[in-house]
Amino acid sequence: MKTLLRLSLLASLLAAPFALRAEDLAIMGDTVYTMAGAPLKNGVVLVHDGRIEAVGPAASVKIPAGYRVLKAAVVTPGLIDAHATVGLSGLLNQVQDQDMLDKSSSLQPELRAIDAYNAKDPLVAWVRSFGVTTVNTGHAPAALISGQTMIIKTLGRTADEDVVNPAAMTSVTLGRNGLTVVEGAPGQGGPSASKSPGNRSKAVAMLRAELIKAQEYAKKREAKDETKRPGRDLKYETLLRALDGTQPLLVTANRQQDIASALRLAKEFNLKIVLDGCADAPLVLDEIKASGFAVIVHPTMQRSNEDMENLSVETAGKLHAAGIPIALQSSYEGYVPKTRVVLLEAAVAAANGLGFDAALASVTSDAARLLGIADRTGSLVAGKDADLALYDGDPFEYTSHCTNTVINGQVFTDGPR
Amino acid sequence: MHTRPLLCLAAVLGLAASLGAQEKTQVFKGAQIIPIAGEPIANGVFVVAGGKIVAVGAADKVAIPAGAEIHDATGKVLMPGLIDSHSHIGAGSGGDGSGPIQPDARVLDSLDARDASIQKARAGGITTVNVMPGSGHLISGQTLYLKLRAARVVDDLLIKLPDGTNAGGLKMANGTNSMRGANGFPGTRAKSAALVREEYIKAQEYRDKIKRANGDAEKMPPRDLALEEIVEVLDGKRIVQNHTHRHDDILTVLRLSKEFGFKVVLHHVSEGWKVADEIAAAHVACSVIMIDSPGGKLETRDADWRTPAILEKAGVLVGFHTDDPICDSRIFIRSAALAVRAGMTRKGALEAVTIANAKILGLEARVGTLEAGKDADFILLSGDPLSVYTHVEETWVEGKKVFDRSRPEDHLYAVGGAGAGDSRRAQLCCFTSAWDLIAAANGGDQ
Repeated sequence: MKTLLRLSLLASLLAAPFALRAEDLAIMGDTVYTMAGAPLKNGVVLVHDGRIEAVGPAASVKIPAGYRVLKAAVVTPGLIDAHATVGLSGLLNQVQDQDMLDKSSSLQPELRAIDAYNAKDPLVAWVRSFGVTTVNTGHAPAALISGQTMIIKTLGRTADEDVVNPAAMTSVTLGRNGLTVVEGAPGQGGPSASKSPGNRSKAVAMLRAELIKAQEYAKKREAKDETKRPGRDLKYETLLRALDGTQPLLVTANRQQDIASALRLAKEFNLKIVLDGCADAPLVLDEIKASGFAVIVHPTMQRSNEDMENLSVETAGKLHAAGIPIALQSSYEGYVPKTRVVLLEAAVAAANGLGFDAALASVTSDAARLLGIADRTGSLVAGKDADLALYDGDPFEYTSHCTNTVINGQVFTDGPR
Repeated sequence: MHTRPLLCLAAVLGLAASLGAQEKTQVFKGAQIIPIAGEPIANGVFVVAGGKIVAVGAADKVAIPAGAEIHDATGKVLMPGLIDSHSHIGAGSGGDGSGPIQPDARVLDSLDARDASIQKARAGGITTVNVMPGSGHLISGQTLYLKLRAARVVDDLLIKLPDGTNAGGLKMANGTNSMRGANGFPGTRAKSAALVREEYIKAQEYRDKIKRANGDAEKMPPRDLALEEIVEVLDGKRIVQNHTHRHDDILTVLRLSKEFGFKVVLHHVSEGWKVADEIAAAHVACSVIMIDSPGGKLETRDADWRTPAILEKAGVLVGFHTDDPICDSRIFIRSAALAVRAGMTRKGALEAVTIANAKILGLEARVGTLEAGKDADFILLSGDPLSVYTHVEETWVEGKKVFDRSRPEDHLYAVGGAGAGDSRRAQLCCFTSAWDLIAAANGGDQ
């Protein structure tokens, strides 16, 4: 019995996709949405060495010998979930698989997603089975600064192997969810000495103070006298990357006053930020538009209560119509469902004002641009990573299936789902 | 019913005459009608009067009564109002934290008929709903089967049974939600079952005492509100609506239902696919929840979208539910579509949100299909019911329109936005807030 168990364990280890198994592929679609030009009827995407080799109509693309042929009704770029916690907030929702939030302090920009991401969590494979190939995942929008996010492919190997950008953004949460992290904190009436804001004003005051400290830290680090330089501080190092624009703040703000605070903060510190959630966006469209910042809109079907009270399935469409760059997301869920699926969120957005084309762009090309990875993924163009999703019908229809997901030329058959 | 147009016509004339000018007969023509009872009708006529369906059939077979108000529904789909067999709309409550067994607690005494969640359910095409107390108890109280009529107070929503009582079931649960291990709550599964058995045995004895008293007030036991409800269950007047996820918990419910002979419906049944044959053999129905992903709690680790298909194949009566706020009532019909995606028949999936749920609530004589004589509860859709692009355009309950997407105030509830939400935190299951959930996930008292 024990031997059997070991054997089966060994078998499953061997089967696990530790090594990338990129194949030479010819992916044929009745419709191929390249997201770089008009959709192709009877299109072909050739894949070699993990990259897209050629894209074009079947009539003009010669399929080399030995290429494995995959056929589908619809082929799209692999989907991109612009903000998730998958890999950190595990399927079981038990203490051993919840790494999206540390409650010891409400200001922890130094927490890196790559140090927590579990590539083997079943929810990674779950979202992949719907065509999701890339996620911007990390610490939950549930503390003033909960930590960083990273951009990673859903290959399911290890964080180090699958990562695209290990330090993509830093998660800031304004509003109710940003207040209540530290148990027993002064703002919550408790005796703890740790700092946790008790209200919105305090939260913004704390953020401003922290950013000012980071600026001062930067100055001191440049002191001519080496002995006068302060020791390295991981917290400020992260915030400095926000200040110089290399690792933007992902500011979750749902109430209009929180969106306004985010914009005010960005102006004061000359920050490039990405707005997240934005349930109240239709109330402050002009302000958001004027800021030039992009919005990762709340999941279309998220529950509408508390700060999300005013959310609407039409918000993504309204932002898009106003000319504001958007992407969609699965966000963070504390209970059931443990993760949302960005394909299903985009589907409801498509049906409620965003429309098919913009909805597809919001989880492919537009999401790639927003995340700064458009040179690698988000559209089907020769030279880019071979990330594709194959469907047996309109990807957004409830009754369609994702038949294959391809990442870096590796074919996954998690479904059909 | 469209096979008997003459009979229907007679009924129309009779009803129209009796109503006089009080309420006009309503006729919908041109729609594709999905009556659930029988095959879809490509170009149908649907006649409603006095809150009841009087005729449904093909355009060339159903006469349009004179003087009726005609609605051109060309290009639309008309089907029965959806029935949700497990929901928490209306901000209702049941048992509190004082103990695991509280059959005396009634949703009736807590429901807010004006809560936004009720208008949103109408926007989702739901016309009949089982509003349950939470699952944090072995027995958490009496549920209410409601009609989503235009309502000022809870009484406007009630479904009256022939004996004048309010239609409803008894909410029970097993597994981890009710295992709180303090305040008399069980700490294990075996203890959970033992406590339930004790309560049912008490109820049997209570019922026997009443029987032996034979009307003699002196010999009657003192009234016990909790046991009275269990006796209703034992007598088959009240169906047990039982939250259960894991396959072994499902079998425990079947075992208890057999021991005490009560009628039960299994709710959620995340692992129902593992014991489909056992469920079928017990002739017990399932109300399944379709969630975006498995997990979120240990018991739903193995939840599978194929469950409805597997149960259907095994011969089990399958319904769906929202468990609102777990799933949004406005996209309830998505449950049927996702089940089809995972192998269920289209017919079975459409029945699961209509007639199957009517049976699950014991209301199949009144609702769940479009048949003459049944309540005029129906919805008008912009297209195929299983398409994401389809919207519920109108919802009618007992011949009255309760939702119209073209009215701005109704559109707001359908899509959300300022004024349609709730500034309170949603209560999920037995927890009070999302933060309790995280606390529980991080080793709290769950």
